[in-house]
Amino acid sequence: MTSPGADTNFSNEQMLGFYRDMLRIRRVEEQLGKDSLAGNLPGAVHLYIGQEAVGVGICSQLRDDDWIASNHRGHGHFLAKGGDTKLLVAEVYGRKTGICQGHGGSMHVADFSKGIIGANGIVGAGISITTGAAWAAQLDGNGAVGIAFFGDGAANQGVLCEALNVSTLWKLPVIFVCENNGFSEFSPSSTVTSGSIADRAKPYGAAHETIDGNDLIEVWQCAARAIKRARNGEGPTLIEARTYRHSGHVVGEHTFLSGTYRSEEEVEQKKTDDPIPAFARRIFEAGQASQADLDRIDAEITAEVADAVAFAEESPYPDPADQGTGYMFA
Amino acid sequence: MAKKRMIQAINEALDSEMAKDPKIVLFGEDVEISLFGDTVGLKDKHGAHRVRNMPISETVMSGMAVGAAAAGYKVVCHMMFGNFMYTGFDSIANQASKLRYMTAGQISLPIVYMSVFGGGRSAAAQHSDAMHPMFMNLGGIKVALPATPADAAGLLRASIHDPNPVVFLQAAGRGGESGEVPDGEAIYELGKASTVHEGDDVTMVAIGAMVRPALRAANQLAEDGIGVDLIDPRTMVPLDTHAIISSVRRTGRLVVVDEARDLCSAASHVAAVCADQCFEALKAPIKRVTVPDVAMPYSPPLEKALLPNEGSISVTVRDLLGKPAGAEA
Repeated sequence: MTSPGADTNFSNEQMLGFYRDMLRIRRVEEQLGKDSLAGNLPGAVHLYIGQEAVGVGICSQLRDDDWIASNHRGHGHFLAKGGDTKLLVAEVYGRKTGICQGHGGSMHVADFSKGIIGANGIVGAGISITTGAAWAAQLDGNGAVGIAFFGDGAANQGVLCEALNVSTLWKLPVIFVCENNGFSEFSPSSTVTSGSIADRAKPYGAAHETIDGNDLIEVWQCAARAIKRARNGEGPTLIEARTYRHSGHVVGEHTFLSGTYRSEEEVEQKKTDDPIPAFARRIFEAGQASQADLDRIDAEITAEVADAVAFAEESPYPDPADQGTGYMFA
Repeated sequence: MAKKRMIQAINEALDSEMAKDPKIVLFGEDVEISLFGDTVGLKDKHGAHRVRNMPISETVMSGMAVGAAAAGYKVVCHMMFGNFMYTGFDSIANQASKLRYMTAGQISLPIVYMSVFGGGRSAAAQHSDAMHPMFMNLGGIKVALPATPADAAGLLRASIHDPNPVVFLQAAGRGGESGEVPDGEAIYELGKASTVHEGDDVTMVAIGAMVRPALRAANQLAEDGIGVDLIDPRTMVPLDTHAIISSVRRTGRLVVVDEARDLCSAASHVAAVCADQCFEALKAPIKRVTVPDVAMPYSPPLEKALLPNEGSISVTVRDLLGKPAGAEA
């Protein structure tokens, strides 16, 4: 894997690949949001809409044996690391054919065969698990890295400090990616978070960068530097990717919240920084793709999502008789 | 067969298992110098990369065990005192115990979370808990509580080999005690009880460090003609209910001795299982000898009065049989 500098030109094919991967996440999330509001999903879903450039910018340069751990907003990371769309959607539908056979659901999609330790319902939990997986990678000496995706809310969990300390001390190949989307569940970050999140790496002597999380190329380049450091045995990096959560914390929150925590105007204004149209403009204006290319990709992704939904809807629910208590112990 | 201290038996089991399998790693606070002696010398033998001192960071530590195990290692995570497992509880309760089930068996997590536990040494409330019931209730964690050096070695080997998370609790006051340990590298199956003393009048189930005072009580009662069938389950998950129920069917009486606080103790569970499965065999109510629902005090007379001991165990048995001390047997 080469790690290009800031002036790197990506091929047309690569740029369209990034676009396709972001759009897949967007369309899947739009579909699941719709399904959730329609009452077609058994549990809660937390959408990744608006943050796609972070997951794709990083995961697009990972190997199958690199590890990622994610959070409750984890569909995007699952897809970006190569998780299957059908298996994801069927899981969120609670079906037997889902990636976890309906045991996990939206907050626990995982595919260990692809290095996806999985989404997690405990805020900040992926930080420690990834640190352990990175220790294993260091012991294996195979150059694999571990990436923990978490939000600005999780940055306020003490485990981040513990992980920065031990991973710097042991020079573990781990990258902590904080997607600062502006909200800690239903609280604006400014009301619950002091200082700069990236700066939290400073006292430990860990590498840290703050980037525009809506700019896929900037994310990609920053991640390339961090991955290179990790694979070279130079220890961890804390990346704070500033982005914005277009959707609420959870789909349908307007039905139970007693008030609002952000204005419609703010959301509309922030949507002008949407990473996907910006990226489409970028490749179109650079002459790397025609409008027809972009439309074709959108049509293909839309069909892929429709197939996934049909697959989920046609799939049976798990049978409590053979699955209810199985799998607890190996 | 050789006489060994429990801590030495544990040390030897760790040593020989690590020598056989390079995928076994051990980490925790002060494991290099080893507060209790159970991990002493292992770094020199097996390398600093496999035996690592951790910062005092239980939250990240218990989660790192999950990540390293998911990535293919057999992880021994030494958490020093059992009370510190509360600090690192999240990853045990929310991750280790659930990840396999949540992912429909995509992974197994061979982890041993080990620590000393229990009272008896004036360590006071935050270093003396017997917290095994908390782990029993998680569903996806095996719980081993060896009472003797031989059991400690055999159960630890089994715990390391087991593909599931195991909480391995060594009795705090027992590290220095000696017992016969068979030669070789015997593995004691998790979920297999041992009968420590045979008798026909009452079944006694004693857990972990409680086996020793229970045995003293059984020997004393035997002199008065009261036969105690003393069973050490050795692991509470899985629990050898067959051994317990078979004995209760024979004796018709059950006393459970447990160092946990009484409310939702392991003793409560044993009592519930027997009430459920062999109620018709019972001639008397099931009795629990446990620790009152208090924070363990520091001062020796206070602590001694709260822990089950030979005297309180004997009195419970005698009351149950209607044979108070001093009366004709």
